[in-house]
Amino acid sequence: MTLNRGFLVPAGLALAGALVIVLLPFWLEDTNEYRFAFVAAFFIAALGLQILTGYAGQISLGHSGFMLIGAYVTTILSVDHGWNDLATIPLAGLVSAVAGFLFGFPALRLRGVYLALATFAIPIALIALAKKYEGLTGGGGGKSLTRVLTGHEAYMTTWPIAGVMFVLAWLILRGRLGRAFRTIRESEIAAVSVGVNLTLTKTLAFGISAGFAGIGGSLYAITIGFVNPDTFLIALSILLLVGVIVGGLGSLVGVIFGALFIEYVPLYAPEILDWVQRPVGLNLDPKAAGAPAVVYGSILLLVLYVAPNGVAGLLRSAIRILRRRLYTSTGTGPPGQVVPKRREA
Amino acid sequence: MTQFVQQVVAGLGDGAIYASLALALVLIYRATHVINFAQGEMGMFSTYIAWSLITNHGWSFWPAFFFTILVSFLGGAAIQQTVIRPLSRAGELTIVMATIALLVILNGLASWIWKPDEKLLLSPFPTGTWSVGDVQVPQQSVFNLLVVLVCVVLLWAFFRFTKMGLALRSSAVNPTASRLLGVRVTWMLAIGWGFAAALSAVAGMLAAPAQFVFSPNFMQVVIIYAFAAAVLGGIESPVGAVVGGLALGVTINLLGTYLPGQITPDMRLPVALAILLAVLIFRPAGLLGRAVVRRV
Repeated sequence: MTLNRGFLVPAGLALAGALVIVLLPFWLEDTNEYRFAFVAAFFIAALGLQILTGYAGQISLGHSGFMLIGAYVTTILSVDHGWNDLATIPLAGLVSAVAGFLFGFPALRLRGVYLALATFAIPIALIALAKKYEGLTGGGGGKSLTRVLTGHEAYMTTWPIAGVMFVLAWLILRGRLGRAFRTIRESEIAAVSVGVNLTLTKTLAFGISAGFAGIGGSLYAITIGFVNPDTFLIALSILLLVGVIVGGLGSLVGVIFGALFIEYVPLYAPEILDWVQRPVGLNLDPKAAGAPAVVYGSILLLVLYVAPNGVAGLLRSAIRILRRRLYTSTGTGPPGQVVPKRREA
Repeated sequence: MTQFVQQVVAGLGDGAIYASLALALVLIYRATHVINFAQGEMGMFSTYIAWSLITNHGWSFWPAFFFTILVSFLGGAAIQQTVIRPLSRAGELTIVMATIALLVILNGLASWIWKPDEKLLLSPFPTGTWSVGDVQVPQQSVFNLLVVLVCVVLLWAFFRFTKMGLALRSSAVNPTASRLLGVRVTWMLAIGWGFAAALSAVAGMLAAPAQFVFSPNFMQVVIIYAFAAAVLGGIESPVGAVVGGLALGVTINLLGTYLPGQITPDMRLPVALAILLAVLIFRPAGLLGRAVVRRV
């Protein structure tokens, strides 16, 4: 593969991001390292959703359900069967992927809206099942894992895995399968006519995506040291989808911003609200119930209006502007030569 | 047999609520080809308005009911004009995401304004039963069904016999041609959203008394049944939505009665969704829908 410019920028961004993540533990205190471990878990789950939604063009509101599967595989194996919790991670991914594949097989015969509606069923059904089979899952009261991690340990456990998953996602998407995903997103009929097996490819996308979510769920459980079915409500699925959109559909690098959004925006919603309402002269109680939801819902709407390609899209346009400045600035060209200001569409 | 009839009637009562919300979904889907994920929360918000009128301002149920329907109609039209209309050139996914944003915002607003604790909305209907032979018919179910049927008939008459109804239908079928013929399509879409909001308000105000207490999340179960009902009937078919809603209500009640060991209330939803998936695999367009031939 030849390296072209279009590849260099995202690669540079990914490297810069990796560097930041390696250096962060040196100045973060324990609480924030702990939060960043959750960011890693959401990052992996959102990567999965990005593959499905951003690349293969299918909506899922069920990914919190796959996180639930991963979380319970890890918990049950490590608590009841004495596995090392880290050793359960690949299996958590595999079980979720198989579940996603099996669900996707019938569901993906449905198009667009029908699929989104069908995926609604996943977390609801799984939460009900987890509460019903108490012997296995601890029921509605939840179940504790064997060890409790410090923030630093959690950071050091989750981020290397997140790095591996990022590279894995990139490898999957750059090859034949990734091209097939994108063809399906653009036009299913065109995809079929160039020989893409529609059902198989979509089901694979769903399975892979679910596998990522499962690993994210497993890391979530390991970090928090406790699982409860009600962690994985549809609200979490929605939040994951919001994260992917805010990060930018179709951008793997953007997912990191989505993951930060998922962890930090609901947390800092009161501050954000305060910051917005003060200049307007409003005096609402920013700590009231429901305020975080209003804040992140409004941010989602705002993103849809002003930055439909999310943070990744904003970065892309910033880079484009920078580059134009660099290459067409007056005064640096050879004397006598007029450099026309080019306007890109 | 007695128990069977009783459960069917109770199921029709529940199903009527799903049917009205499903019909709201179908109205919006036919006009814009988007599923409005916020439909349930719109109904929830309307229910809180009605509750507030009754509890805090001393209104009695029926004036509050009709006033809320009117407010919801205007609110729905306003949401279409302010939130959805600016995105009309964007892709399907963007509009779906906007409705999801609305879902989140409305839910948050309701817990913000009215606090997330449980509220009580009393049914305007007698809670007793009528005895027909051995069968004890719950009156609330019958009245719920009646209210929804009246709404459906009124709506049908509006679409069938009025000029505006015709304009609404034509803008759903072919927006470009309708515009050329002088129909103000964006306003027709707003009116469509208004009707959908009014229907979901009816669903909410009937569902809240049926479950005694309600909190901001109370419509999330109802909306899932409504999705199931709309898909079951065929997402393009209004008759299908009503039939699907009633069928779903009856099925769930019968399952709950005759498979008591396995189907706890918690498990009803997964079972209903499993049925839905099974139907979709064999009839992807729903029971009353037509398979659509797509062009490249």
